[in-house]
Amino acid sequence: MNSNDFFSKRTMEVSNTSYKKRMIAAFVIFALCIIAGIAAWKWLLHQPTQQQALKPLRKTLEANERILQSTFDSSKKSRVYNEKDAAKKVRVNGLIGMEKMVDTSTWRLQVIRKPGDTLKISLAEIEALPKVHVIFDFKCIEGWNQVTHWAGVPLKTFMEYYHLNAQEEMKYIGLQTINKKYYVGIDMPSALQSQTILCYEMNNKPLPANQGYPLRLIIPVKYGIKHLKQIGTLYFSNEKPPDYWAERGYDYYAGL
Amino acid sequence: MIYWANGVYKISVGNTTIIKFFPKGFYEALNVPYHLAKGMSFHFAFAWLFVINGILYIAYTVFSGEWRYLLPNKNSFKEAWQVFLHDLHIKKYQPPQQKYNAAQRIAYTAIIFMGIGSVLSGLAIYKPVQFNWALFLCGGYASARVIHFILTIGYVLFFLVHIFQVIKTGWNNFQAMISGLEVIKPAKEIPANEQQ
Repeated sequence: MNSNDFFSKRTMEVSNTSYKKRMIAAFVIFALCIIAGIAAWKWLLHQPTQQQALKPLRKTLEANERILQSTFDSSKKSRVYNEKDAAKKVRVNGLIGMEKMVDTSTWRLQVIRKPGDTLKISLAEIEALPKVHVIFDFKCIEGWNQVTHWAGVPLKTFMEYYHLNAQEEMKYIGLQTINKKYYVGIDMPSALQSQTILCYEMNNKPLPANQGYPLRLIIPVKYGIKHLKQIGTLYFSNEKPPDYWAERGYDYYAGL
Repeated sequence: MIYWANGVYKISVGNTTIIKFFPKGFYEALNVPYHLAKGMSFHFAFAWLFVINGILYIAYTVFSGEWRYLLPNKNSFKEAWQVFLHDLHIKKYQPPQQKYNAAQRIAYTAIIFMGIGSVLSGLAIYKPVQFNWALFLCGGYASARVIHFILTIGYVLFFLVHIFQVIKTGWNNFQAMISGLEVIKPAKEIPANEQQ
């Protein structure tokens, strides 16, 4: 069909009654579409919530999560920056679940291999493991981002060193602050991505108290809400571990 | 909307704020403070609607042949200027047109590219590591955010101009928009020089 045919076929003569019928039908359909739209919107707003998100929206977030998990490519790295690009004044955000002071002579990282079988590891032991620097663009779910410089042991290296092979096979890793008031859950492929570190240094100095001394998580493939400070406990699960912000309406996955 | 309602969006020189895009009264009127999580849950569900709707619309225009009315042709840019002057009542002359005039052709084609731009910049912001190709196309995280923001302002302007034009053009045109049928009365009833 050439374009002249196309345009000429679009014009026809119709009787007045046929024309009126078609107009009325069109306007009825138009009205029904508007009513259906309003009804769908009202229906959505009156749905129950699940973890503080409207249930259909929570289900959509979970569906998005399944797609993103199944397509996750751990060979893709968060962009690496030079040391000189890193902020000297690092933004502090979120002090939920933080103690004022932590005494590292008594602090131990508790790794629950399985219920009743807990490994206790001192800061010195963690510092003795291979150290990696991560300089990346830290992204907050609130919208700000900042290039920051961290160092610590890759979580994967840590898990291999402590023979946590069986735990690596599980679907999720859970983290809690020392007082357990802040907690996150992370899918294992993201946790084992090579830039994820158990971090004890910022800008080549020990972590400041407000940045999670003695040990925090840095996981560039996630938003800041997952970078838990003052780690007390690590554990493993095939079920989604509870997550502080996911319980308050946010996306559980929070991946980048 | 719930995202952007943030004090960050303002024009400042030094420490003096000239325009706050979202003054305090704006938040209170719309009841948006502290609803970031809610906003995000809506955003990542309705983004699907945006994409699916866009794909269906493009598929329809392609397969129905309607694209012939919508794509600008070689005269469109010149004629769009004439349409613009006509609409502002600066010039009386209105260039001949088919279903859509030249300005409409450009606007309705541009909106498709805006939609594609929103999806790409959205993916770049949403998953900058996994969709690093989208991040690359948008020229980085900061510029992806600017693109996403400007395009969305663009839809608001498009919407306002469109509604205004529909009201201005009158009932016959609105009827044609709803039904897809434009009534052409037999030519002898209307003297040729009065036909639009």
